[in-house]
Amino acid sequence: MKIFNFHLMPYAHADLDAIKRLGTSWMTYPNSYYDPKKGADLYHEYLDQLEFADELGFDGVAVNEHHQTAYGMMPTPGVLAGALARRIKNGKLAILGRALPLVNNPLVIAEEFAVLDNLTRGRFIAGFVRGIGVEYHTMGMNPAESQARFNEAHDLIIQAWTRPGPFAFEGKYYKFKYVNPWPRPYQDPHPPIFTPSSGSLSTIRWSAQRRYTYCQTLAPIAAVAQTFKIYREEADKAGYQATPDQLAWSNAIYVAESDEKALRDVRPHLEAYANEFLTRNPTMMAPPGYTSVESIKRMRAIKGFIGQRSTAEDMIARGIVIVGSPNTVREKLAAYQDMAGFGISLTKTQFGTMPHKMVQENQIAIAKEVLPYFKDRLPQPVKAAAE
Amino acid sequence: MVAQPVVSHLDLCGTRVKVMRAGQGAPLLFLRGTDASDDWRPFLDDLASRFDVIVPEHPGFGGEARPDWLDRIADYSNYYLDVIDTLGLDHVHLVGHGMGGWIAAELASRTTQKLASLTLVDAQGLYVDGVETIDTFLRTEEESVRDLFQDEKLAATEIERRLTLETEDVRLNNQVVIAQTTWQPRGYDPHLRKWLHRIDIPTLIVWGENDRLLPQAYAREWGKLIPGARVEIIANCGHAPHIEKPADFVRLIEAFAKALRVAA
Repeated sequence: MKIFNFHLMPYAHADLDAIKRLGTSWMTYPNSYYDPKKGADLYHEYLDQLEFADELGFDGVAVNEHHQTAYGMMPTPGVLAGALARRIKNGKLAILGRALPLVNNPLVIAEEFAVLDNLTRGRFIAGFVRGIGVEYHTMGMNPAESQARFNEAHDLIIQAWTRPGPFAFEGKYYKFKYVNPWPRPYQDPHPPIFTPSSGSLSTIRWSAQRRYTYCQTLAPIAAVAQTFKIYREEADKAGYQATPDQLAWSNAIYVAESDEKALRDVRPHLEAYANEFLTRNPTMMAPPGYTSVESIKRMRAIKGFIGQRSTAEDMIARGIVIVGSPNTVREKLAAYQDMAGFGISLTKTQFGTMPHKMVQENQIAIAKEVLPYFKDRLPQPVKAAAE
Repeated sequence: MVAQPVVSHLDLCGTRVKVMRAGQGAPLLFLRGTDASDDWRPFLDDLASRFDVIVPEHPGFGGEARPDWLDRIADYSNYYLDVIDTLGLDHVHLVGHGMGGWIAAELASRTTQKLASLTLVDAQGLYVDGVETIDTFLRTEEESVRDLFQDEKLAATEIERRLTLETEDVRLNNQVVIAQTTWQPRGYDPHLRKWLHRIDIPTLIVWGENDRLLPQAYAREWGKLIPGARVEIIANCGHAPHIEKPADFVRLIEAFAKALRVAA
């Protein structure tokens, strides 16, 4: 298993009471709550953490993109990846991912990613996403065009990386007389492509057909296993067998001396992450056309669940995160790998309000107690049916 | 004397649209707003006693597939020019509410050749700086219906009537088309105002005094931009005067048409 250190870079000093009151940490949570001095310190701490992860032997580091939210301070992940590119000496550097439909000119993403691939001498991983629903509000893009723009932007970027330029591109949304980006990607034909998603069937199929690595965002492990099973079936249909390195699970891990201490340490930070930083108004999240009519109806049906607060115990029990002693964490990660069949773990070592020192201790513990045990580990066949 | 509308389907431009039609007299093409899948309402009966009332559901509405050619409101305007030609209509009284008003204004800025008059009812399509409006895309369905009316009792009745399980699929699919055409910029076209001076037919602007979606300042803006337009404000009324104050609404439309005949 490859274990990446994945960061969301939350604004850890967010006013949690204000988020509770406003019912969102996105879009309409006023940016007057952002203190640039505190924010600057956080950026440096978070970048230090990712550089530290590389020194500790994580297989890679990853950042992502979100807009107008305390949940993550990375509206321009390329800048942060650029800051890391000369310091990450060993592992991969991944942006998981950039939201293709949110820009008017996807060639800027082709260029940005190609620069990063050159800077890292071919250790860059390119993530493509649609962005989440609320971002069609914040970026002023039409959600009804989200899927079509994503597909066309993807085609444009792949062509920009692989077709000898200059050539003309005439799409519905993007039209260029000249496509001839300098630099070309370092990797041939282009960087590996990862496609993070919350589990939409069409994305899984699309990703499997192109042999892109599918990343499942925060979800209970049973749902993750189901999603990865669908990916393998789609690969079978496409006439090949998917390998574990085509499946990545996004999680959070916290290791301490004992299960009790780990839970005690992690609770406020994990619960702030799940309950405040993730808080958003459902209408804001599901703009028409971005989310299918079927999904909206499904969300309405489970309306009762929204608004219920998650507890650390619940998130641990459902296998959304792994928290505990070294032994517990190793056992669970191995069991989850066998159950779901993934070859990549995208692991947050910081979440919510967790402070710098605690993150570093967690990183050290993971590097010492977890990484060595999983170095070349592949999913093992599970005897009994998954619970 | 309730006129039963005749329901037919119009196949045009590769799309199928349900059309309700009733009454006799000069043709009155009523372009509805985002509630274009609604039933035939009493005010249409009243209009049908004076006019040949034609009410299409818009392309992509009512569970029909979104046409490939539909990207923006101007596409609807061109489509309805085709509809007028196909139905062989002339001297049409074109009336549009909300999004339908935007379609109608855009259509009339292209050509008024087949039009007798234009009536815009709480119409979208313009942007007025500094006037607070409601972002309908951040409202729940219940809030969206409530936003339409000044009378809270009426709002409650309309919520019950409109938000049924049977129509949920249609409503959700309609929302996708509404987003496709009005999301960005939100509910207006910056290019429209540049050409409204071309509208050379008698124009009536009808507005609910208490419209919260598009406050009265929008009525005045339309009045300024369309040469000779008359602005009529209906008191104690929200965004949908034809539903909230049907008698006042019908009276204004009839008086406007009558004045035209006298002038002619």
